[in-house]
Amino acid sequence: MRVMAQMGMVMNLDKCIGCHTCSVTCKQAWTNRAGTEYVWFNNVETRPGQGYPRRYEDQDKWQGGWVLNKRGKLVLKAGGRVKKLFGIFASPVQPELKDYYEPWTYDYKTLVDAPLGDDFPVARPKSLITGEDTKITWSANWDDDLGGSTEYGHLDPIVEKVRRESEDKIKFAYEQTFMFYLPRICEHCLNPSCMASCPSGAIYKRVEDGIVLVDQDKCRGWRQCVTGCPYKKIYFNHKTGKAEKCTFCYPRVEVGLPTVCSETCVGRLRYLGLFLYDADAVTAAAAVTDPQELYDAQMDVLLDPNDPAVQADARAQGIPEDWIDAARRSPVYALAKVYKVALPLHPEYRTMPMVWYVPPLSPVVDLLRDQGHDGEDAGNLFGAIDALRIPVEYLAELFTAGDADRVTAVLKKLAAMRSYMRGISMGNDPDDSIPEAVGMDGQTMYEMYRLMAIAKYEERYVIPKAHVEQAHDLEEMGCSLDFEGGPGMQDSSPFGEASGRPVPVAVETFNALRDRQTSGAAPGETTLRGRVNLLNWDGTGAPSGLFPEKAPGPAAGPSSHPGEQP
Amino acid sequence: MLATATATEPGAAAGLSALDIVLWGVLPYVMVVVLVGGLVWRYKYDQFGWTTRSSQLYESRLLRIASPLFHFGLLAVIAGHFFGLVIPMAWTQAVGMSQEFYHFNALFVGGIAGVGTLGGILLLIYRRRTTGPVFMATTKNDKTMYVVLTAAIVFGLWTTLASVFEGEHGHNYRETVAPWFRSLFIFQPDLAAMAAAPFSFHLHTLVGMALFVIWPFTRLVHAFTAPFHYLFRPYIVYRSRDRDRDGNRAGAAAARSSGTAARRGWSAVGTRDRDTRNR
Repeated sequence: MRVMAQMGMVMNLDKCIGCHTCSVTCKQAWTNRAGTEYVWFNNVETRPGQGYPRRYEDQDKWQGGWVLNKRGKLVLKAGGRVKKLFGIFASPVQPELKDYYEPWTYDYKTLVDAPLGDDFPVARPKSLITGEDTKITWSANWDDDLGGSTEYGHLDPIVEKVRRESEDKIKFAYEQTFMFYLPRICEHCLNPSCMASCPSGAIYKRVEDGIVLVDQDKCRGWRQCVTGCPYKKIYFNHKTGKAEKCTFCYPRVEVGLPTVCSETCVGRLRYLGLFLYDADAVTAAAAVTDPQELYDAQMDVLLDPNDPAVQADARAQGIPEDWIDAARRSPVYALAKVYKVALPLHPEYRTMPMVWYVPPLSPVVDLLRDQGHDGEDAGNLFGAIDALRIPVEYLAELFTAGDADRVTAVLKKLAAMRSYMRGISMGNDPDDSIPEAVGMDGQTMYEMYRLMAIAKYEERYVIPKAHVEQAHDLEEMGCSLDFEGGPGMQDSSPFGEASGRPVPVAVETFNALRDRQTSGAAPGETTLRGRVNLLNWDGTGAPSGLFPEKAPGPAAGPSSHPGEQP
Repeated sequence: MLATATATEPGAAAGLSALDIVLWGVLPYVMVVVLVGGLVWRYKYDQFGWTTRSSQLYESRLLRIASPLFHFGLLAVIAGHFFGLVIPMAWTQAVGMSQEFYHFNALFVGGIAGVGTLGGILLLIYRRRTTGPVFMATTKNDKTMYVVLTAAIVFGLWTTLASVFEGEHGHNYRETVAPWFRSLFIFQPDLAAMAAAPFSFHLHTLVGMALFVIWPFTRLVHAFTAPFHYLFRPYIVYRSRDRDRDGNRAGAAAARSSGTAARRGWSAVGTRDRDTRNR
């Protein structure tokens, strides 16, 4: 046994309101750069829907993840090492920009600069790829809130599959349909197929916390990881020619702060914490024959942090005491393994994903109430789960490789918790028959309720810091996205936009960011130069900063070049 | 160097001009110095720029045909160069391979590989020019590289095709270019042999050397990190957060303090406005 620590995340889908705040803040933090316009380390999909990139779950087409070969051995679905090398000159199944979307901006300048005339000036959409006028035909969340689903809904690969099995389960007629949101980041898998696909060996899993990163210096742009990841959460930066992916906000996590997506989540649906797992058991667990047993296999790989034997092994492996303590308090371990209400996304890809989901229950409550029933009575709820508007089969295809019973069991636990707690808050004696009906006791159910309903910041995010005695080493981490120098196509350097010296993300960078966030000064005062700023304008007069400062000379136009700011 | 060459082959020195000495006695070593020095320098200081800079994200229909055609063709061409330049004629004759048989093979296989490579690169250049986003992502550096690379292929193919039409009277490079090539490695360049080769071979060799000189400074560097180790490495890679990759922490710190320009890879979103550009 080899005990290792893994940072994990649980998202409670019942609480997701689909506001995309996580996506936006993530983008502002990590991918608001040239070459990553189409890159969403975090995206929120409306399900049913095609997802991002379109139909990424159709592995017959995209060939992501692992499969078992005839001898029961785990192999990459896209092919073995030799086949991968032969396909290196033109990656056979790499998604193109049209499978994502063509990023665009608007020609805002026209609004300000257009000469006086009879027609109102219009800000035309401009492609961020070609710089030319473009027609917007798709985006990262085009089918948000089921937009266009009467036309596109059948293209969801899971809808296709569930419909093959039972024609009447999924309907897109307005009054019959259902939807929920699925926020997605990189799964930081225990058995990552992107890593196995990388010819250069540039993708690695950090020993300390299991975060999967792309070494930007080692990546040579062979693009095999994009194919390898079944979740399509590795993106190709088309300016630097390097693969990029969700970093689990490692510079924040190292100092004990939650990821940006978690920190800014409006619904507070994300939980962060540690798993302890047996690294030697991962490959065997990922290779169990029946895909529906992968969930159990994954559960067995996770170790009980309260078990003294596990703790002893963890110490022997050099895991610090405060990390073992954090693992004991881990909310993600509790939700995934103690209460067993969090499920992995697409376990059938055999990557052992470490971002877990509590499946959504709310529509059933609404359904019962609308039908005149007591929507929080345990008996009613249990009976209604099978008639759920979100077909259990659909959830099962997402979270349990099609095992509907497992999803039903989770939903019943959630329903039981609702009923049980309703009784308590009504002032009744706790009805322990409700938790018993789903195999829990009253005390555990109450703890689960606390964690899921009222847990505070420190309970939702239990993040042990990277050790101070190692802090000086953090500067030198081989990590994503930490490079300095000009982008610029031709004019930056002799080798094009991707050359120059690397500068690592250091603790100082993080501290500078925190200083800026906690200082009193308004951020971005200087960055607004060159633009009209309506933020402080109340309709009268001209507050300072409303109009851009006059350029000193005719040649010096407004600049958005960050390096030129004081 | 010249002294050595003339000392070993006193008779050959007679017809050598100063140009021959520079081109075939000096330039090859300059080329090697720039190539090796450039590669070492770039590997040390520009790992981030060391990439294929693939444009497959923009367009893959043409790339899917052209890129493998070019690359596999090129691999065959490289194998052919090895066979023609490194293996002495005496060896092939010793194993009973007749000159005619060798010649036929070299022209037939070499011709196919050469035409494939040329067709591949022409298609790639066509794609690069006509696909908007791909052309936008093409740097001046790339354009220069394409000119030299295409020239090397075209002139190389010319030498091959010329031998086809000249038939038996064609030039046997295994008596001129090949001995010169091998003699470079023992630092006794056989200048006279190379000087005796026809112009087409001279041209191809010079352009080839130019290609190797610019190689470390272009996107071609990706060839030197062909990922053969993928065949042998474990699938799952663990790396400690604390481990120093290259052991040059001081260097990185210096680079950080000197880095005042926009951070590489962190440039602002946006494209040049194409409406204002001359087309």
